Amino acid sequence: MHRRSLLTSAAAFGLGLSLATGAFAQMDKVKACFVYVGPINDGGWTQQHHAGATAVAETYGDKVEMVYQENVPEGADAERVLTQMALSGCNIVFATSFGFMDATNAVAAKFPNVMFEHATGYKREHPNVSTYNARFYEGRAVIGTIAGLMTKSNKIGYIASFPIPEVIMGINAAYLAAKKVNPDATMNVIWAYTWYDPAKEADAAKAMIEQGVDVIMQHTDSTAPMAEMAKTPGIIGFGQATDMADYKPTPRVSSIIDNWAPYYIKRVGEMLDGTYTQGDAWEGIAGGEVQIGEITGVPDDVKAAAEAVRDGIAAGTLHPFTGPINKQDGSAWLAEGQTAPDGDLLGMNFYVEGIAGDIPK
Amino acid sequence: MFTLEKRPNPSRFWTVATPVLAVVLTMIAGGIMFAMLGKDPVAAIRTIFWDPLFDPQFASYSRPQLLVKAGPLILIAIGLSLGFRAGIWNIGAEGQYIMGAIFGAAVGLAFYPDEHWFILPLMVLAGAFGGWLWAMIPAILRTRFRTNEILVSLLLVYVAQSILSSMALGALRNPEGGGFPGSRNLSQYPAAANLELVAGTGMHWGVVAAFMAVIAAYVLLQRHILGFHIRLAGQAPRAARFAGVNPDRLVLLCFGVSGALAGLAGLFEVAGPAGQISIDFASGYGFTAIIVAFLGRLNPIGILLAGLLMALTYIGGELAQFMLGLPSAAIQAFQGMLLFFLLAVDLLTNYRIRWAFGRAAG
Repeated sequence: MHRRSLLTSAAAFGLGLSLATGAFAQMDKVKACFVYVGPINDGGWTQQHHAGATAVAETYGDKVEMVYQENVPEGADAERVLTQMALSGCNIVFATSFGFMDATNAVAAKFPNVMFEHATGYKREHPNVSTYNARFYEGRAVIGTIAGLMTKSNKIGYIASFPIPEVIMGINAAYLAAKKVNPDATMNVIWAYTWYDPAKEADAAKAMIEQGVDVIMQHTDSTAPMAEMAKTPGIIGFGQATDMADYKPTPRVSSIIDNWAPYYIKRVGEMLDGTYTQGDAWEGIAGGEVQIGEITGVPDDVKAAAEAVRDGIAAGTLHPFTGPINKQDGSAWLAEGQTAPDGDLLGMNFYVEGIAGDIPK
Repeated sequence: MFTLEKRPNPSRFWTVATPVLAVVLTMIAGGIMFAMLGKDPVAAIRTIFWDPLFDPQFASYSRPQLLVKAGPLILIAIGLSLGFRAGIWNIGAEGQYIMGAIFGAAVGLAFYPDEHWFILPLMVLAGAFGGWLWAMIPAILRTRFRTNEILVSLLLVYVAQSILSSMALGALRNPEGGGFPGSRNLSQYPAAANLELVAGTGMHWGVVAAFMAVIAAYVLLQRHILGFHIRLAGQAPRAARFAGVNPDRLVLLCFGVSGALAGLAGLFEVAGPAGQISIDFASGYGFTAIIVAFLGRLNPIGILLAGLLMALTYIGGELAQFMLGLPSAAIQAFQGMLLFFLLAVDLLTNYRIRWAFGRAAG
């Protein structure tokens, strides 16, 4: 026990030291490399990362060489791809899936002069590993507001992917926003155990519609639930990761768009001008990482209410998790007026009071 | 026109020559495809087949990786080939691979953070047991209830994947992982880690086990009465029965061996290259091994070479993707071509092509 706590503090010390000395010399040309878990045209997660990568290439022109590899499986294969990228002369490598976390840190240890950026993870074991994520829960609060105002059956459906903090955070944020405008709203969660599986997602949407759900949110990437919703008039949903504009004006009434371009442009720019340091970025609506797609097919007052939430979050006057909030079991979480600390959100493993059902263990 | 004439015996020359011919044909057809995608076909083929082995920038890393990637493929394919020779179809090696990893990792994690010499050996036993156990389900269902072992073993893969998800999220989840799915990293736990035996060679215990399996299978098939029974059951089931081969016993045995080897592959992978039980741990080795088994003609030496070739196309394919900007679908199509040509030219082994101008068919 003693030995382990000693090691932890040594690691923390090392991290602090590295943060202090993380600046680099200016560079004339940067080779920026991107590793994707899916195909670049998946219509969701990877497509948006690739759009950000393309924006980097367009912004810096000759000063940046952008290469990417798609469809990289998580685990041992990711480690090999990351190593080969570092060997090929990449200066900065963006690993864009949670499952690349251990591989990124392992490879970073071997290439201290290559900078590694890992999306949505929490491990920064070496001075050359940074992490970045986006506050998608802010977007959930906006669409949660629309959901609460639009539901007639008071049953909101949520196609969830995996029971991890990121997803639980989104369910809670959406529910709290919906309950604020409609105290009778209930949340019906289906766990799909996938990020992308059109057939499973469509089944989940179908099952919900049969149970009387009339507003469906999804934390999965395909448009299959949209296609399912389009079959029944009056059912609405929201685009995930991309705008899913093909389903405008309904069933898609708005969307949460991932926009990684500002972050990628900023980080590669820092490599070029020598101001790059290790970091842990978590930007949201205000920073442009989370965008709300055009609100369509709903009454004007609903649209105005949702935009007010969006603008309040952007201005910093509204936090989706503002107390008093209790946990599902009735125990107190946030006191009156208190906002949720980032640490609580990043490790969130409980529903807030009012959501029925259990988080699978 | 030409006609096909069945050879009395499979041609020895073509048995050896067809894989080479298939690789050459794949290079030509693949080159045409790469050219149509606007890439230099020669550079693409060189990047796939040459650079991982000899390019000064990559070879020192990718050559050992060849063994890391080929190890589990060979280990699983050797097990499958025994059953395939006897006409016993275990299509569910992927599931047995997953269960081996779960059993083995669970044993290792149970001892965390103690250091004992016996932890890794115990995990190896547990891994083999897990794979064996999962393979026994289709085997026993077939011998007792005459179910179709192809369907049962395949469908059990999906059950194993669900168990894997549940383990990554529940029982085996890293308690210090901040609620995220995935177990502790076994490769960072010295007593349970299956690390490189000699640094920079890629040789870990799984690769050693794969080589041992190749030798054992070779000896078994050439020298042992059991190997004779397996071959006999595949080629002449009725004759086998007269020779006293018990078909049910053979099913249990072939499933048991292939399940245990797949389980071992899973254990070595989870304790080494992959490092942890995660939702995405299953990477298709169990299915790819079926291709490797046939690519290698169900022959142990052939499987060894086929596994290495398959690994080369994976690693070279990855290089080609980001060095030349080839889409990953093009690499998959290229691998598909290899299998297609291999099966197509296989015809030459068993048939002779006769040109039959102006001759009336008999």
